[in-house]
Amino acid sequence: MRGAALLAVSLLAFPAAAQDAKKEIQRYQQMIGEGSPVELFELEGEALWKKPQGPKQVSLEKCDVGAGAGVLKGAYARLPRYFKDTDRVMDLETRLLHCMQTLQGRSAEEATKRVFGNEDRPSEMEYLSAYIAGQARGAAMSPGVDHPKEKQALELGRKLFFHRAGSWDFSCASCHGEEGKRIRMQDLPALANPRDARPVVATWPAYRVSNSQFKTMQWRINDCYRQMRMPEPIFASEATVALNLFLAATGKGEPYRGPGTKR
Amino acid sequence: MAGPMKMRATLAGGYTDVRVLMTHPMETGQRKDAEGKALPLHFIQNLTVKVNGKTVMEGQISQAVSRNPVFFFRLRGGAKGDKIEVSWLDNRGETNKTETAIA
Amino acid sequence: MNDLRRKTLLGAAALLLLKPFAALAAWHKEAFGAKSAPDALKSLGAANPAPSQDVVIEAPQIAENGAVVPIEITSNVKGTTSILVLIDKNPFPLAGKFDFSEGALPFVKLNVKMGETSDVRVVAEAGGRHYVATKEIKVTIGGCGG
Repeated sequence: MRGAALLAVSLLAFPAAAQDAKKEIQRYQQMIGEGSPVELFELEGEALWKKPQGPKQVSLEKCDVGAGAGVLKGAYARLPRYFKDTDRVMDLETRLLHCMQTLQGRSAEEATKRVFGNEDRPSEMEYLSAYIAGQARGAAMSPGVDHPKEKQALELGRKLFFHRAGSWDFSCASCHGEEGKRIRMQDLPALANPRDARPVVATWPAYRVSNSQFKTMQWRINDCYRQMRMPEPIFASEATVALNLFLAATGKGEPYRGPGTKR
Repeated sequence: MAGPMKMRATLAGGYTDVRVLMTHPMETGQRKDAEGKALPLHFIQNLTVKVNGKTVMEGQISQAVSRNPVFFFRLRGGAKGDKIEVSWLDNRGETNKTETAIA
Repeated sequence: MNDLRRKTLLGAAALLLLKPFAALAAWHKEAFGAKSAPDALKSLGAANPAPSQDVVIEAPQIAENGAVVPIEITSNVKGTTSILVLIDKNPFPLAGKFDFSEGALPFVKLNVKMGETSDVRVVAEAGGRHYVATKEIKVTIGGCGG
């Protein structure tokens, strides 16, 4: 722990060394990406997508996750967006929850009982997210931004990003609002800037090597709120979808690289 | 029951690139559960790589290999259709294997 | 039987018991249980490897997290039959022993756990001799623990 702090301080004292450190960390990120368990999560997700479940004993294969019923290629890159059948803007996990209820007849309570898993037992949402995201590799990020409800959600997301609250008076922007900031050895992307948002939205959801867990965007928002000492956001709520849309819209145009592998 | 395993074998210049993904906790015996009890050692000890039934590489590894191990190997030469098999055996006697043909 | 013959027979029998059976999956308990790299190497009969630039370690100088540290090893030493991978500062330094026969190149890439900044030590065996290279990898912790 102390070693990391000393390393960070010593690297900052010498700008050239800091640049070398950045390069080496990029090399680390590249090497772990080349040999990542992510594909195994996609495999399991595919099996779950095709598995008949719930009282109706139906699979999710006819679910519309943004590109039409049962269409997976490129669908993740089109999220979040407005869906006519629910008259609301939805992200991937929100949409999956909807299909679990309508197609499979499962209750919201049952389907959300364990949305975030762990290294020994990932959750259904995590496996499905990995699979569906993987099907959008190469597609340009193009969330919905034109429909009136999409515009509303985008504006809400932007407001939430800058809204300071909670016992520490933090907002997302407290950490992600300025260029060139870092926490320990990690660069903090300034997420309201397209240049920083693009590589981020192109590599989530992601496998986290530090805890061997697959993490989704609903988890990411949830955990950021925890770190800001704010109340836990409700899974698939309007607020979480709005924030996801704000991030995806800020990063739009970037070719999606598939589920990422991160520290 | 062992988690999923996946392998990809592709011809490169004069050799075959093999990448194999494995699901395994690779528990070191140092981690503790919620009650403070150490989780027991559970890790892959042996790896075997075979080409068309013949063993070409044998690995012995420790609990220091990362969870959900990923290995890259290189086979001498190789031709489309050659059958590659990678298997593992852990300290509890559990095993898993995967096969693929060179693409 | 005379003393010398008995001693020879007993010695041979002892050797047979100690020699790992190739047919079963052998796992070198002593080497993997060694608490220092020199001890692990000694138990594998590789106590004094000669430094060699033909043993190539490709790895990032900084790991964002010690749980997964990617290391790629190539041995350009002619006739390499075995590669050992050790993390000097780990509680049990020996992480892997890879034995290659005709059909495999002396190459391996793997992900290891490193408890702290440490030298990675790679020993290649070729023709009964041993060759070593080391590379330091700094282990850091990124982010705010989330």
